[in-house]
This record gives sequence, structure tokens and C-alpha cells, in this order.
Amino acid sequence: MTNTMIHPTAAPETATPEIVEDWSKPAAMAIPKEGFFKLEQGRYGPIYPKTPANHGFTIIAKIKPGTEQTIREYGNKIESTIKSLPDGLAVLQLHYLRWVLFEIGQDTYFMYQGIFDTDFDKYTEDAVALFTKYGINTVFENLEGFPMDWKTNTPAFLKFVREHQRPSFLEYAEYPYVSAEEIKKALRLKAAFSNMLDQMQ
Amino acid sequence: MLELDDIQHILVTRTPALTGRYEFLSFQDSASARAWLAGILEKIRSASSVRSTVETDNRWVNVAFTYEGLRALGVDEASLATFPEEFKQGMAARAEMLGDTGVNHPSCWVGNLASPDLHAIVILFARTASEHTRCVAAHEELLARIPGVERLSYLDLEATPPFDYAHDHFGYRDRLSQPVMKGTGEEPTPGSGAALEPGEFILGYPDENGPPAQQPQPEVLSQNGSYMAYRRLEEHVGRFRDFLREHGKTAEEQEFIAAKLMGRWRSGAPLVLAPEKDDPVLGADMQRNNDFNYKKMDPLGYAVPLGSHCRRMNPRDTAANMNRRRMIRRGATYGPPLPEGAPEDGVERGIAAFVICASLIRQFEFAQNVWINDKNFHELGNEHDPIIGTQDGTLEYKIPKRPIRKRITGLPAFTTVRGGAYFFLPGLKALRYLAGSGNAR
Repeated sequence: MTNTMIHPTAAPETATPEIVEDWSKPAAMAIPKEGFFKLEQGRYGPIYPKTPANHGFTIIAKIKPGTEQTIREYGNKIESTIKSLPDGLAVLQLHYLRWVLFEIGQDTYFMYQGIFDTDFDKYTEDAVALFTKYGINTVFENLEGFPMDWKTNTPAFLKFVREHQRPSFLEYAEYPYVSAEEIKKALRLKAAFSNMLDQMQ
Repeated sequence: MLELDDIQHILVTRTPALTGRYEFLSFQDSASARAWLAGILEKIRSASSVRSTVETDNRWVNVAFTYEGLRALGVDEASLATFPEEFKQGMAARAEMLGDTGVNHPSCWVGNLASPDLHAIVILFARTASEHTRCVAAHEELLARIPGVERLSYLDLEATPPFDYAHDHFGYRDRLSQPVMKGTGEEPTPGSGAALEPGEFILGYPDENGPPAQQPQPEVLSQNGSYMAYRRLEEHVGRFRDFLREHGKTAEEQEFIAAKLMGRWRSGAPLVLAPEKDDPVLGADMQRNNDFNYKKMDPLGYAVPLGSHCRRMNPRDTAANMNRRRMIRRGATYGPPLPEGAPEDGVERGIAAFVICASLIRQFEFAQNVWINDKNFHELGNEHDPIIGTQDGTLEYKIPKRPIRKRITGLPAFTTVRGGAYFFLPGLKALRYLAGSGNAR
């Protein structure tokens, strides 16, 4: 294993914005080109800031020629996996995942966008373990430059992800900074409250 | 098959030491470094050797090296390049991510531990004070013969009374929850989970993910080795007791607050099994004191608060891939005990401990970065570990309680990091390889 961590040398000058986490007030955040306001190291490299739309990533990578159909079939595979194991991805603290294929000229690109409640750096190894378990690996293995020894070489996997991450320059949320767990808690509370009112009829 | 006759004993055995010392060394040249290692080599014993004589031994010695220490010993650049990045950088360089900020920052550390000149640690555990004195003198003689090896600093260790069980200066019983490796012949205590693959802790063996990969080269150097994260953690006993008095009117209430911070009563009795009242017999009973879970037995934290030290350091069935996050802990207390009722005396006392694991980034750093210092662990929002987390006075601690939880704001820091380092703990063959001229540049 060689030097696989990414160490940007210059931190952007932009001041970190003052953040008041208020779910009742829609909020937008413009983000510097580097993807962060202040260089802060996580275990595997710089940490991207929490925005009104929480944490997330957008990974864009060219696919190997002729693999488009294989990649599309993984959509069905993940659908059936989650149907039989609804909490299979719980550890990632996700809100949404979006997988997109698109063309630029003769090439096809894969976009993997995720929005979640924790910095990806924190649960990296858990994500790699999940990818192995659910066969998401095969999707990645169709991407150009993906390290084929990724199962035993987490730093190489992370290097690929970080090199293909495109940070947002704007994020917006109608209900900012709210975690998926808080949303589910609120909905459970609402259901419990409705039930309580029913019982009092 | 575990090569217990090649593994430094600290990885597998606990010794009945009541005193000891860590010495931190710097090598001025590789010939001196190798001469020193050759001189101390015969004192460093394997796990199997110590096992057979531990009842009659009076002292136990281990040595380990920083990345710069391996270079100073003459390990070549091609081999150095095969070590993992976090070990190369060292603990001080990774301070921000570890939460070592403010007064915990490496710029405030003592004993030159943040210096790149720190090359090696010698760990001495001794049964008696006289044996401690004898061993220190013997090592001084060795150092006197080799002027190219300098002692940067040392730390004397003392168990805190009463000596009938291990505990820290705050009074919490220690050594209750330790992972067990396959092949050691040890049986995990009830509730501790199955024995784990040795590769989680020792290089060169399969781990919970499969066969060994990414091992440092050459093989003779990494086989039966491991990594150690050293932490010198000052415990502010006066401040801790003041806090208990502030939040508990009676001795019982104070014990209850202490238990709620930890997740166990100071006797060791787990709150999951003894939620209302201490049970010292349970606390001392290794067949019962670790036999519980959180998901089924205490999902909302009414017994063990979600942010308590125990719940963060070992979330048991409430975290994914727990078998990839386990760590072996070794170490001792240092400094004089603060007598009960005495005010803070300003004397440093605490724990000087090692976290031993096969991957610093996946095990030690994960625990430090995510379990201890993630404000949002278990959706808590504004908390760090109440005992060893970074506390700057702005965080809180929530104790779930019916009908309404207790929320303590402005939690003080009960501990301060006074030093730390990453070490590589080689096997015995590797030590001979490092000491030998075959390794010369």
C-alpha cells in the first residue's frame, strides 16, 4: 500500500458560514469550489461539511465499454434485496440514493448520488462491508479505474471514491438539517398520537 | 495456528503487576539502535513463555517502535513504504481527527511524545517496587553503555488501592469487557461474543474479513506483530467528584450519576442488569457482569444512557460490523490516588493505556473519531463521550428517564490527553531481524 490518502495543500479562504439549525426555515448554502469551507481531516481525507441537505456525495465515473446493461440490471437486484431486507442499508443513515447513467460523446458515465446523515468518512468500512454483502461491488467493478483488490484494500477503494467525488456548489433543503431518524420519529409520533385520539373516541 | 512462542506477551497475557514504567527512547544512529535492541532482546518474552511462568515471574518487558523508530533502526525505504499511512503519519499528525484539540493538542503534550525523535517505548511491568527499581537500574546500565540511545522521558506506573481488583482513579472497575482471540485457548465470558479471528489483532493471520492482506513487508518483519495506540490520559479526580456532588445530594445519588456516565456502577455491575441499585457481587462476577445487550434489553437507554462511555466504546448489538472494531486494551494507572474527601491537589494522575489492534485506522481511530467524539452518535446531537471524549464546556449529557429525561449542560472535561503515539509491536523473530546486521542499510 502506498500513499493513498489525499492531502490537499491549500485550504480555501472562504469563511465558514454561521449555522443555525432550524428545521422550520428553508435554507440554502453555497459551497466553495473545494467542497469545504475549512480543511478538516477525517480518517481518510478531508471532511465535507454538513449542509442544509445534510451530508452526501456525488460520484461520477466513466463505465467500461459494454457494461451498461450489467449496471442497469443491478437496479433490479438492489430493489429485490431491499424488499427482502428493508433495514439492510440502515447503517449508512441514508435519506436517498440516486443512480444515473448518461452519455458524453461516445462514453457512458455512471452517477451515484447519496444523501445521508453522517459524513461518509465515518462509516467507510461499514459501507465497504455492505457493498460486498449485497453485491454492489459488481457495479463499481464496471467503472474505469476501480481497484479490483478493493475488498481487502479499503484505502484504494476510498481513493477511487474521493477522486471521483464532485462536491456540490449549492445545496438546499425545505426542512434543513433534519435527520432521517428524526423524520421517522416524527411520523411515528404522529401515528401514535392519531392512535391515541382514536382510543379516546 | 497462533504462534504464541513468537508473539510479544502483552498481546495475549495480563500480568499480575502492581507497578511499572514506560520509557520513551530516541535513537541517534542505527548501529546504536540495533545494539540497544540486541541488549534488551533476551528480556522480551513470548506469550507462551510468560504463560508458563507468570506465577513466579517478577517482571515483564515489551518493546515497540514508531515509524521513525523503524527508520532509525535501519529498515529500508521499500519496506517502510509498505506500512499503513496512519502509522507513518503518527498520532500527533492526526490530532484534529482524533479529537485532540485545545488542551489535549499535541503542542501541550508532555514527555516529548509528539516529537519525531520518539522512536521506541519500553514497557516494564513489575510485581514489586524493589523489582521496579532493579529493572530501571539495569536498563540505565544498558543505556549508559550505548550513548547513541537517549531516554526522552519516562512514566512510572502504580496500581491504585485497593489492589484486589483493577480500577482507575475515578474508582471504576476495569478489565470487564475484552475480546478473545481464537487459538489462545481462552473462553469468552458470557455476553462477550464468540472468539474472534486473530488477524483482528495480530498481523499475518486471517481476520473477520478473510485472509491477511496489505501486510507490511518483508514478512519476517510483520508476522506476529501488531499496532499499539498509546494514550496518556490525565484523570481530574477532584473535578469529577465535585461534579458528582453537584448532581447528587446523597452518596447514593452520587453513585448513581457516576454509573450513568459510565454505563456501569463503579463496582462493575452493568446498569442493564442492575438499573436501580448497585450490585457489587454482580460487578465482580465475570460469569455474569458482561452478559447483556442493548438492542433488546435497553433500546432507549433508560438503564444505560445512549451516550455513556460503555455504550460508545462497545455498542454491542447496536452497531454494524462490531467484530471489525474490537480492540485489546492494556495499561495501568499512574500518579498517587487522591484520598476520598481531599480537594484537587494539582498532581497529575490518570491512565496510561494501549489500544492494540491490526488496523489503527479501522479500529482505534474509528473508536476515537466516531464512537467517542461524534456529536451525533445515536442521534444525540450535542454530546461526546462523557469520560474520555473531548469536552470544551459547550456539550451536554442526556440521561433518559421517565417521564422526562435529565439533561446536564456544560459537561466539564474529566480527562485530558497528555500524550500519545502509534507504535508497531513486532514479534520476537522480527525483533531479532531488526537487531541483526542483516537489516543494515
